[in-house]
Amino acid sequence: MAKSLTQEFVKGLWAEVPPFRLVLGLCPTLAVTKSIENGIGMGIATTFVLVGSNVLVSALRKLIPSKVRIACYIVIIATFVTVVELVMQAYAYPLFLKLGIFIPLIVVNCIVLGRAEAFASKNGVFRSMLDGLGIGLGFTLALMALAAVRELLGTGALTFWVTPIQIFGPSYQPFKFMVEAPGAFVALGLMLCLMNLVGKK
Amino acid sequence: MREMIKMVIVLTILSCFSGGVLAYLRNSTQDRIDNQVLEFVKGPAVRTIFEGAGNNPIADRFTIKDGDIQRTFFVGIFEGEPRGVAFETSGKGYGGDVGLMVGIDVKDNKLIGVGVTTHAETPGMGARAKSEPGFVAQFKEMSLEKPFKVAQDGGSINAISGATITSRAVSAAATDAEEIYQKLKPQITEDLKKFNK
Repeated sequence: MAKSLTQEFVKGLWAEVPPFRLVLGLCPTLAVTKSIENGIGMGIATTFVLVGSNVLVSALRKLIPSKVRIACYIVIIATFVTVVELVMQAYAYPLFLKLGIFIPLIVVNCIVLGRAEAFASKNGVFRSMLDGLGIGLGFTLALMALAAVRELLGTGALTFWVTPIQIFGPSYQPFKFMVEAPGAFVALGLMLCLMNLVGKK
Repeated sequence: MREMIKMVIVLTILSCFSGGVLAYLRNSTQDRIDNQVLEFVKGPAVRTIFEGAGNNPIADRFTIKDGDIQRTFFVGIFEGEPRGVAFETSGKGYGGDVGLMVGIDVKDNKLIGVGVTTHAETPGMGARAKSEPGFVAQFKEMSLEKPFKVAQDGGSINAISGATITSRAVSAAATDAEEIYQKLKPQITEDLKKFNK
């Protein structure tokens, strides 16, 4: 069971990458991956909340009575989410407009509560921080990968920050389906399939 | 019993602490957030209305208390003279309130132009009031004497086809703006003098 510190961090990047391996946190995964920019924004916001709540939950794990632990976790997580929401409104308002309701919805994201309950409440502060960072980064990369596929096929361009960069040139006919809601399911299904194929070897 | 008390105490302390942190953050980001909202939600409409103005109309603004409502007025300076004010009103649309930014030329007592800010109208129908500049362009330079009405109601505004309710909402908001302007005119002229260079 005892893993090295590096392993705690790295597991979030591949073995336990949330949307593909644990198939958790699909609501933001499906909804915001219309462009890479949204994916990065959502990923960073979630990572911040994950690291913050993991550290605090693990620091307070001996003080929190087990009967009200979920309520305590939710208070901690909600606080960090509101911090993200305010900071994003103040410094990245256009991104906030695009992500909209999905920022406050990080509170009910299974990944965040799941890590608090399954990991941070049983492990030390530093380990919990690494775990949060790893899972968060894995989530961000997963969102980016999914968003890249959808945006590239759906619009023929990639948006890293504000302005789209044309990749396929003007002769490409955009496959609009991919940036709409059903395209998210198809793309996610294909990604899951690919991950399983690669993992088999 | 002891466990019960501990639960209450822990939850109370945690909630108080997080409340405190958030209140502090809220206070310290309030101004910045207000500015960002003005810039990105109302900014585009204000800038289109005050095209060619020699100042930054988002930064030059003042507020007037109108009953219980705090109204924000954006100032447009043309040829060194602060003669334009823009403020927001709203009318009942098909999917809720349609927010309208109305720019008024204080000197000639006429409209400079209008622009839709926030709305929840149907895409492709009522939403065209915002996405197609042709509709709001009809309001340019209109005089304030008559209430604004769409053609069906005996006015001179050509409604967006298929979106009469939205067109009426915009006209009603513009009429509303005219009334507010007449009511607050003394204060507006007073406040505008501060922007004279």
